[in-house]
Amino acid sequence: MIVYLAKRIAAVVGILLVICAVTFVIFYVVPSDPAIQACGKTCTPERVAEVRAQMGLDKPVWEQFGVYVVGIFAGRTLGAGIECGIPCFGFSYQNSLPVWDLLVDRLGTSVSLAIGAAVLWLIVGLTVGIISALRQGTALDRTLMIATLTSASLPVYFVAMLLLLFVVRIAEILPYPAYVELAEDPVAWASNLILPWFTLAALYAAMYARLSRAQMIETMSEPYIRTARAKGLPERTVVVKHGMRAAMTPIVTIFGMDLGGLLAGAMITETVFGLPGIGRLAYDGIVKADQPVILGTTLLAAFFIVIANLVVDLVYAVIDPRVRYS
Amino acid sequence: MSESGTVSEMTGRRTRPAVRPAGGGERSGGPILDVKDLSVSFGAVQVVDGVTFNVDRGRTLGIVGESGSGKSVSSLAVLGLHRNATVTGSIVFDGQELVGAPSERLRKLRGSRMAMIFQDPLSSLHPFYTVGDQIAEAYRLHRRTSRRAARERAVEMLAEVGIPEPRRRAREHPHQFSGGMRQRVMIAMALACEPDLLIADEPTTALDVTVQAQILELIARIQAERGLAVIMITHDLGVVARIADDVLVMYGGRTAEHTAARTIFKAPRHPYTQGLLASVPGLATGEEDDGRLKAIPGSPPSPLTPPPGCRFHPRCARFAAAQNPAICTEEHPLLTGTVHKVACHLPGGTQ
Repeated sequence: MIVYLAKRIAAVVGILLVICAVTFVIFYVVPSDPAIQACGKTCTPERVAEVRAQMGLDKPVWEQFGVYVVGIFAGRTLGAGIECGIPCFGFSYQNSLPVWDLLVDRLGTSVSLAIGAAVLWLIVGLTVGIISALRQGTALDRTLMIATLTSASLPVYFVAMLLLLFVVRIAEILPYPAYVELAEDPVAWASNLILPWFTLAALYAAMYARLSRAQMIETMSEPYIRTARAKGLPERTVVVKHGMRAAMTPIVTIFGMDLGGLLAGAMITETVFGLPGIGRLAYDGIVKADQPVILGTTLLAAFFIVIANLVVDLVYAVIDPRVRYS
Repeated sequence: MSESGTVSEMTGRRTRPAVRPAGGGERSGGPILDVKDLSVSFGAVQVVDGVTFNVDRGRTLGIVGESGSGKSVSSLAVLGLHRNATVTGSIVFDGQELVGAPSERLRKLRGSRMAMIFQDPLSSLHPFYTVGDQIAEAYRLHRRTSRRAARERAVEMLAEVGIPEPRRRAREHPHQFSGGMRQRVMIAMALACEPDLLIADEPTTALDVTVQAQILELIARIQAERGLAVIMITHDLGVVARIADDVLVMYGGRTAEHTAARTIFKAPRHPYTQGLLASVPGLATGEEDDGRLKAIPGSPPSPLTPPPGCRFHPRCARFAAAQNPAICTEEHPLLTGTVHKVACHLPGGTQ
């Protein structure tokens, strides 16, 4: 088990390095000059060259990559004597702030959004899916499945716009979302996040409903369910203890990955609602060709997904006795 | 055992009456299971048509037929395990009519007084629970015992079905057992509440030949010890020869032949039964024996479009030999005879 864990963690580091390298190379190939971005539009060519040298952009790509990776673990000093502490992800070209600080500042927003939405979509999605499965073929099942198909087909920004229009503009139930820290004012935090939560959950709830319905239908036709009935168990026990226990296991895998991906920012939702999260940070970074920000957000997202994967695998060994790691 | 004095033991062969679970109903004098004119249909499709049989305590009924002959469907109907099926006729279990009985009453009988084991023990056991928990579950539910007592019972049952180190094995999951051991677990689970009736649906089909014999011996031993009534559903006449007292041969959802096991092997009268026997190595006693096994030509009828008249006539050698008599294609043969019942317009063999 310990050997297995060590191997998996080594693999995590390897994957992150590869993702870092790929992002680095992609950025290098893109025809955009960060030196001009950093220096400003009024810079003379001489000044741009000076800035480029200062930023290390005149060095070969592999050397820049090396400096970047070492900086994460050891920190580094930039040209003009500016210290970049551990972990150093460089400075944003847009506002010269350390990327690490930008990430840390915005993480709370993204995590709030992701976890709230996840709770919502799990409750709604699994409930709808299981009810549909148990009422398979009835009008209720068909209605629910049409609803989920519709919900899954609507683009996130469209759902967001609809919610803003009806809830904020017409009904005026909620204020226009403006992010408030949880620690500051929990009620304001929640009421401002309700719309983003619903927006994000709408898509995932629909997918989880369809998935859990399919899982449940398949499980309920398994011979061991017939055995459970043959034992004389009440139908409720058959469904919950024998059916759901088996049907929900694969969903844990998918949930882990989905949540991992969202912890590092829901780009569209955050952008539409103007939430200061990692997704919004990444979006701004991409628009402004802000290499350190793009690298930082990409690495963070990769980190969450890879870690979520690892956690899912470990959890699986606990919930499925047939899986044992050695 | 307080009520056992009133039992009419029908068989001389196995004499020990079943130990009755506490709080059971009063005992009737007749067979433990009496099925009359049982029909099962799913929508417009009739899968079982007018089947009659009964099983006494301590006796074994073999139900034989090809896939789709209705043998499993009949037995699932006894346990009330069909959903969306129309069941008609009469199923009397220990004096209680089960057709049309409230589902809750059937549920309480299932697992406690009637139990079932299935063909593939791996997929029939829940992959996520330990075998001990799975055995204990029904016991705890029906006997309302503590978790601890139920766990003890599970260990005791595992020992009874011949699983070594039962205490340790009870904490393992089904995938950690071999095929034969899994079927023993299934048997332990079915018998934990000391049922009066055990329905075994092809319990040895998925197993190794050597293991098959062990499982059959186990069932026979427990049956002898407890006076259990057993319905053995199988397509394997070898299994029937080994443990059945009576045999019901089903074809296309109907009874083809129904009599004592000895008679079926010595003097089969239905051409389908004869065909089945002729197709089994070691049992083959064909009329013109040239040392070769004879397959029955064709395949079983579809319940969607059963042939008119006798359902077996398209595959029947005797029908062809008799120059296709109209009666076989027009009239459904009635089951005739009292001890040796056969449904055929052209029955062969000697009475």
